[in-house]
Amino acid sequence: MAERNIVEAINSALAEEMEADPRVMVLGLDVGKLGGVFRTTSGLVDRFGAERVVDTPLAEAGIVGASLGLALAGMVPVAEIQFLGFTAQGFHQIGPQLAKYRQRSRGRYHCQVTIRAPFGGGIRSPEFHSDGVEAQFVQSPGIKIVMPSNPYDAKGLLIEAIRDPDPVLFCEPDRLYRGRRSVVPDGAYTLPFGKAQLVREGEQVTLVAWSAAVDLCLRAADALVADGISAAVLDLRTLVPLDVETLCAQVAKTRRCVVVHEAPLSAGFGAEISATLMEEVFYDLDAPVARVAAFDVPFPPASLEDYYLPSLDRVVAAVRRTMEA
Amino acid sequence: MEEEFLLEALRWMMKSRLYDQKVIALQRQGLFGVYSPGIGQEACIIGSAMAVDPVRDWMVPQYRELMATVHHGLPLEVITAQYLGKIGPARIPEGVKVLPTQVSIAAQLPQATGLAWGLRLRRQDSAVITYVGDGGSSEGDFHEGLNLAGVTRAPIVFFLSNNQWAISTSRKVQTATRNFALRAAGYGFEGVEVDGNDVMAVYDVTCEAVERARSGGGPSLIAAETYRMSFHNTTDNPSRYQDQKDYDEARSRDPIERVQKYLAGLGLWDAKREAQWTEEIREENERAMKMATEAPAPRPEDVFANVYEEPPPRVIRQRADLVDGQGG
Repeated sequence: MAERNIVEAINSALAEEMEADPRVMVLGLDVGKLGGVFRTTSGLVDRFGAERVVDTPLAEAGIVGASLGLALAGMVPVAEIQFLGFTAQGFHQIGPQLAKYRQRSRGRYHCQVTIRAPFGGGIRSPEFHSDGVEAQFVQSPGIKIVMPSNPYDAKGLLIEAIRDPDPVLFCEPDRLYRGRRSVVPDGAYTLPFGKAQLVREGEQVTLVAWSAAVDLCLRAADALVADGISAAVLDLRTLVPLDVETLCAQVAKTRRCVVVHEAPLSAGFGAEISATLMEEVFYDLDAPVARVAAFDVPFPPASLEDYYLPSLDRVVAAVRRTMEA
Repeated sequence: MEEEFLLEALRWMMKSRLYDQKVIALQRQGLFGVYSPGIGQEACIIGSAMAVDPVRDWMVPQYRELMATVHHGLPLEVITAQYLGKIGPARIPEGVKVLPTQVSIAAQLPQATGLAWGLRLRRQDSAVITYVGDGGSSEGDFHEGLNLAGVTRAPIVFFLSNNQWAISTSRKVQTATRNFALRAAGYGFEGVEVDGNDVMAVYDVTCEAVERARSGGGPSLIAAETYRMSFHNTTDNPSRYQDQKDYDEARSRDPIERVQKYLAGLGLWDAKREAQWTEEIREENERAMKMATEAPAPRPEDVFANVYEEPPPRVIRQRADLVDGQGG
């Protein structure tokens, strides 16, 4: 079986779907000959032609708005926004338009649109490139939010996104793009949305994360073995829909929980996780749910990002505090 | 031929005017939602709509072209039901090539471009007409939508009704350009200026633009000069900012009276015919209003209708809580 990194897994998912369905097209900045700034669309224009792999003008609202219209015409657009932080310049076409279109049209129209967007810190990007703004979109009901953490999930979840009749925001952890390879089968396969995955078993505490923070939690869990702490890691995979059932069952089992994300702490999605656990499994907890997140300041220059993002030390320290509580 | 066209156009323009007047009266009694009338702009609304084919072309409205969408096949009772807050009865019927009204200014333009581009990719022999105003032309979406249309050579007609007002903001401070049609040059396609109170002129330039779109000649921008002879919407009060002289001057160029006078000169229009048409149209409009009013009101759980094909479990639970009366 083929081993792929996330870039290759995404490329494979796009190619599979374009091959299988002539309505599927890719559009965005530099997605053609360059193959995208991270090369996720590499080779697609040669294989499927410039009519289906389209270098668009530099205009985020235009890319998303046009994708909505393309979908209404019967195409299945997969739009790339070069970095999630750049969605600020197209946000009004995502939250207020794409996410609401089915409701606004009383169900006459739906938008089978996938927006792919790399994001996250840790690769020394210029400003605006690293912003983790996924929680902003959670307040826009109608769009699903997918946050894969590894190559296998990236391919399966992207194919699921492309086939979903409703709009999907698919956030790709650019730090892990060329990280660990894993077995990613050839051919199409899907992973259902709203199914969290226990990526590491553990008895005493559950680390809850998504996207690149899953990798951080796995490293933390490894480090905690030396302390005699057995930590489970739960990868949410999708924020919308949220797998409340698995989350609650898992945390009730270990009775302790630490949520880790790379977005700022306040009103980050960790707050939603923590509040959900309070509502659902409060009496099963032995310690308050802890959060490890970026600080409540704008993403700093790359020279400071290691201090801003949750670090291995901060996660390990938070778990130790939770175990002592 | 010309007379035939003008009589048909007049009928629709009168229908638009009479509907607006009826709705404003109802809104004042609390029986209708916030509404933006097209009074004074009927030549733009009807002349442009008559230039597109409801069977093959798509219409992407803003919100002041209600009767254009009706001309394009959207039943009047359906669009009326939308303003009455109905859900199911306000759904655009299958086969009607109209998109929902758009209140987020200019947001429809990139969407309309995408639709036109997609229709061509799907090898459909269709054009798209979309509407925007002088205020909307200042939005970023105007630029992004038109620029992308130019690049993709999408089969689309951008119909800009310059009614001189964006709520209270005068066209004079909206832009320094002297003519909105000039903007098309910046996007590499045709821009045409037209007297937006002349229904025949509007129809002619729109027909040319639609033909250009269908035959691969790319997009067009039509800048129609008109005047908003009422308010922005039913919450607005133009006496706070509008010069009476401007309004009176615009009244003297009323697009409906213009056609009536012309037809009267040909012996095709008189007070008797006007009274008869007015009564017939009022009856039609009343019928639609009655159907919309009597259509089923939404149920509380319709809050959750039409958001997802498959709602997330959490949303399903919220819906159940609402239905059970637990209020979530």
